[in-house]
Amino acid sequence: MNAILQFLSDPLPFLVWTTLAKSAGLLGVVLVMVSYTVYAERRVSSLMQDRLGPNRTGFPTSLLGFGIKDWSPFLGGLGQPIADALKLLLKEDFTPAYVNKFYYWIAPGLGIGAAIISLAVIPFGSSIAGVDMVIANVDIGPLFVFAISSLGVYGIVLAGWSSNSKYPFLGAVRSTNQLISYELALGLSIVPLILIIGKLNLVEIVSYQVQNGWMLLPGITAKAPHLPTLEQFLTWIPVFIAFLVFTISMFAETNRLPFDLPEAETELVSGYHTEYSSLKFALFFLGEYTAMITGSALIVTLFLGGWHFPGIPDGSAAGWLGVMWGLVNIGVFLAKVVAFLIFFIFIRWTLPRFRYDQLMKLGWIWFFEIALVNIFITALIVTYVH
Amino acid sequence: MSPILFWIFSALMLGFGAATILNRNPVASALSLVVSFLGLAALFFGLDANFIGVIQILVYAGAVMVLFIFIIMLLDLKAEQRRQINIPALLGGVAIVVAFTAQLVTVIRSYKAGNEPFAAITPNLPDAHNIGMTLFANYNLPFQVIGVLILVASIGVVVLSQRELK
Repeated sequence: MNAILQFLSDPLPFLVWTTLAKSAGLLGVVLVMVSYTVYAERRVSSLMQDRLGPNRTGFPTSLLGFGIKDWSPFLGGLGQPIADALKLLLKEDFTPAYVNKFYYWIAPGLGIGAAIISLAVIPFGSSIAGVDMVIANVDIGPLFVFAISSLGVYGIVLAGWSSNSKYPFLGAVRSTNQLISYELALGLSIVPLILIIGKLNLVEIVSYQVQNGWMLLPGITAKAPHLPTLEQFLTWIPVFIAFLVFTISMFAETNRLPFDLPEAETELVSGYHTEYSSLKFALFFLGEYTAMITGSALIVTLFLGGWHFPGIPDGSAAGWLGVMWGLVNIGVFLAKVVAFLIFFIFIRWTLPRFRYDQLMKLGWIWFFEIALVNIFITALIVTYVH
Repeated sequence: MSPILFWIFSALMLGFGAATILNRNPVASALSLVVSFLGLAALFFGLDANFIGVIQILVYAGAVMVLFIFIIMLLDLKAEQRRQINIPALLGGVAIVVAFTAQLVTVIRSYKAGNEPFAAITPNLPDAHNIGMTLFANYNLPFQVIGVLILVASIGVVVLSQRELK
């Protein structure tokens, strides 16, 4: 027993098993979050449309003696994600005869793979017992996320092309155009942040925000929350512009309404995954929501202080206290991500879809230019402040 | 970088590079090239050149090849697969490859510095920072000139495509 513990605390095995544990834990949390995001989407949309939504498939709380009705309007329906998952697994997996088999099979995996891998560099907590709560602490965090998520477009393109049918193909063409157009704005819009912080490492970006206040709310620091000074207010202006451009481009990158043209139901049946069924369709579905979570996590990390919340210390304290605060930090991070997911859902059920030419115009004429000019403004302000 | 990983990624890169040329289906060729780029990026990561590795993925695999595949998908692939192999062109291509490889081998053999071991590099250099400093401090003027060149090229493309419409 002692020999095993000794082996596990050697540097290399320690790195390996902590990394595996973090990956498995994060994957588990994200998959649960994805299924409950789908549930939240259905419930929130029904709230906004004055319906009830799925409220019957509940956990049998009455059997355990809690005295709550299993299908009460508010608590009911929490079992719906499990039922949905079973339904998607057990449906007939139908492969049309005219598709290009090899690419038809690998496309769903490419989409979800890209979305999950890009979570690896996001710091989802401070540290627990000296272990940083990030899977890969690399010096190129945001670039890594952009690079890997830009590979996700292959899943959509191959799905559309290999389906050998008109609607999926049109969906794939639209998706490619959209992703390439908005990637530029997405990449350029975070340059001001990097100019201000001077670091490309997401862990260091978060610790900068802990010291100097959240990028979007500059008064909130680790010491005492206060009103922003003049310098902080000046740097806040380009950060706010960057936040707007980044968030809206993120909607386009994740194919969410008002930019869901690749799968616009009214025009393209259901876009690039029209010919998919059962588990392969479920993978596309999971991939889309995982990309939403990755996007929200990146926004939270870059603009809203990551795992930091005023008054809550990081997990550097010794013993169980540190472990507890470390877990609380993870909770804070997840709460912020959930808030953003609900924002995503609100937008989906509030705004109508853009027309295709409006989408292209917005990306190339507005966001690209705004992001570019914003870099110059930031450079001027940073020179003035220093 | 562990030698096993080096060999795996090198094999991946070269194997899929060969597949790019040998595949008759243009989409398969383009995707093989993407995998080849990913292998190359992995080699860069292994050398602690994270920035170059990620730019390799972002620019080549994520943007350039997506555009390639986008165009290829719009073409008639059956016509491409029906095309006969052009024997003189094939022979010419092989001859050029052989000549180029021979040249490369002779040059590398006569390059004495290639045999001397390098001093060990400290890992985890801030390579994004280093590249920025080198580009903007030491080679600022050439960098700006390249920028102007690219600007001229992109304006040229816009002008040409506008003329096509009329």
